[in-house]
Amino acid sequence: MSTPFYVSPEQLMRDRADFARKGISRGRALVSLQYADGIVFASENPSAALHKVSEIYDRIAFAAVGRYNEFENLRIAGVRLADMRGYAYDRRDVTGRGLANAYAQTLGTIFSSGGEKPYEVELFVGEIGDAAESDQLYRLTYDGQVVDEHGFAAIGGAAEAVGGYLKERYTEGATLEDAIKLAVAALGHTETEDREIEAKNLEVAVLDRTRTQPRKFRRIRPATLLEILGSAAAPTAPAEVEAAAPAAVEPPAEKPADKPAEKPVDEAPLAPPADDDGEPPIAPPLD
Amino acid sequence: MSESRIPAAYMTPGTSSFADFLTAQSPELLPGHNPVPGNLGDLAPHGTTIVAATFPGGVIIAGDRRATQGNLIAERDMRKVFPADEYSAVGIAGSAGLAVELVKLFQTELEHYEKIEGTTLSIEGKASRLSALVRGNLAMAMQGLVVVPLFVGFDPDAGVGKIYGYDPTGGRYEQTGYAGVGSGSLFAKGALKKLYRADLDEDTLVAVLVQALYDAADDDSATGGPDLSRKLFPLVHVITADGGHTLPDAEVAAVAEAVIAGRLQRPDGPIAELEA
Repeated sequence: MSTPFYVSPEQLMRDRADFARKGISRGRALVSLQYADGIVFASENPSAALHKVSEIYDRIAFAAVGRYNEFENLRIAGVRLADMRGYAYDRRDVTGRGLANAYAQTLGTIFSSGGEKPYEVELFVGEIGDAAESDQLYRLTYDGQVVDEHGFAAIGGAAEAVGGYLKERYTEGATLEDAIKLAVAALGHTETEDREIEAKNLEVAVLDRTRTQPRKFRRIRPATLLEILGSAAAPTAPAEVEAAAPAAVEPPAEKPADKPAEKPVDEAPLAPPADDDGEPPIAPPLD
Repeated sequence: MSESRIPAAYMTPGTSSFADFLTAQSPELLPGHNPVPGNLGDLAPHGTTIVAATFPGGVIIAGDRRATQGNLIAERDMRKVFPADEYSAVGIAGSAGLAVELVKLFQTELEHYEKIEGTTLSIEGKASRLSALVRGNLAMAMQGLVVVPLFVGFDPDAGVGKIYGYDPTGGRYEQTGYAGVGSGSLFAKGALKKLYRADLDEDTLVAVLVQALYDAADDDSATGGPDLSRKLFPLVHVITADGGHTLPDAEVAAVAEAVIAGRLQRPDGPIAELEA
């Protein structure tokens, strides 16, 4: 006759947390920075088709690290929740806080339920307001904790080194260019060296309140990134080895970025759209 | 959104269609859910005339602003032309409230697909989704609450504008050149038949469409003409390779005033040349 093991609840939770943390720390870091006109998200991501940063709604973005299938499920759930609420009520009734709450409850329940393996993910939910003071940045961990971040934050592997780098250099009210430069420098920072990451291996997207369209999310295209980063991301950077995945130069997901920017529906046509006005190409419903 | 854990259905990969998801999760939110017996046609206001036409490099859709209920004018400033997304727009005729709901669902459908899939639907794909939504309304149509859209869009691959007409069962018909829908469309299409040329430029085509709407209002009591005293003018939405935009009121006002000035000289409008 065998005696059942006794595992203390503390030990059980510690084991689950260790498991989740280990999974997350294998991936690369993702940083989020508030700048003068919104929030920028940046990550090292050689795939141009599989995104870590995505649009949820007009003013809400989602960014995640960890297991792709798990955070992709969360992303889709977020889009569905937001669209459902926007359809049933009004576009203004979709809030980042509500979404962060729903994610927190979900991650928390999964973490503490015995039947499921904990999600190996960490997320950002960012929402911009009309002014920088009303911007919100929530960081969610694998166990459902929500942290209301201010200014900057990093998640994923090497998050501590990256976060420390940001802490020393972050300034409020930076321009988009400066914010992106800082974010990319931080991503390349480790305890031992500072790498330069190639523009084509970066995924950068912003919530930009200066956009005239109701949908404020846009991706920064590699060509624009290259301009911003200048020689700092020369094609000979050591990051080249990371690009093992044969990412096509223009994958389908990037195609909309080639289209011109949308225009406000009730205004005269704008000047030709800026080159960097990437996804989404579609004007959302106005009524 | 602040309840506890996100329901499992939201987390399940599967459809990229918001309408399908809505049907499975919250069917009570669908337009025309829960039909009741009897003819409901007289209960709600009706929207009337929408016209659309293509020009080299784009497509234009325009609609009058009137909604009627029986012999009464229910709305003078109704919007019946909506951008569906950056490269497409939809105009609606028929039961007004239901039609507006249908458009809202269609707009959400396109945006939802784009966010989930990371790419946009083809123009044909969008038109096909609208078919499904119109067909979903068939039960209401049988009871007199008919919604008939006119869908236009720019096809970035082919570089041309396209027009799709529908019937109440969701039947979809690609139109060449120009098209109209609604009670006044008979007269509007008559006008377009004489005025439309495939090589008209954008500004001329806007004028032609406003002329056609004027003719519709001239002969159909349910279609509203330009309302100078209230400054209410047709809604005109232009879509080209640069995206879509609704013309500002001032711009349409100038066109409408020119049309009215012409009609003061010749009430029946421009004369089509009698040549082979």
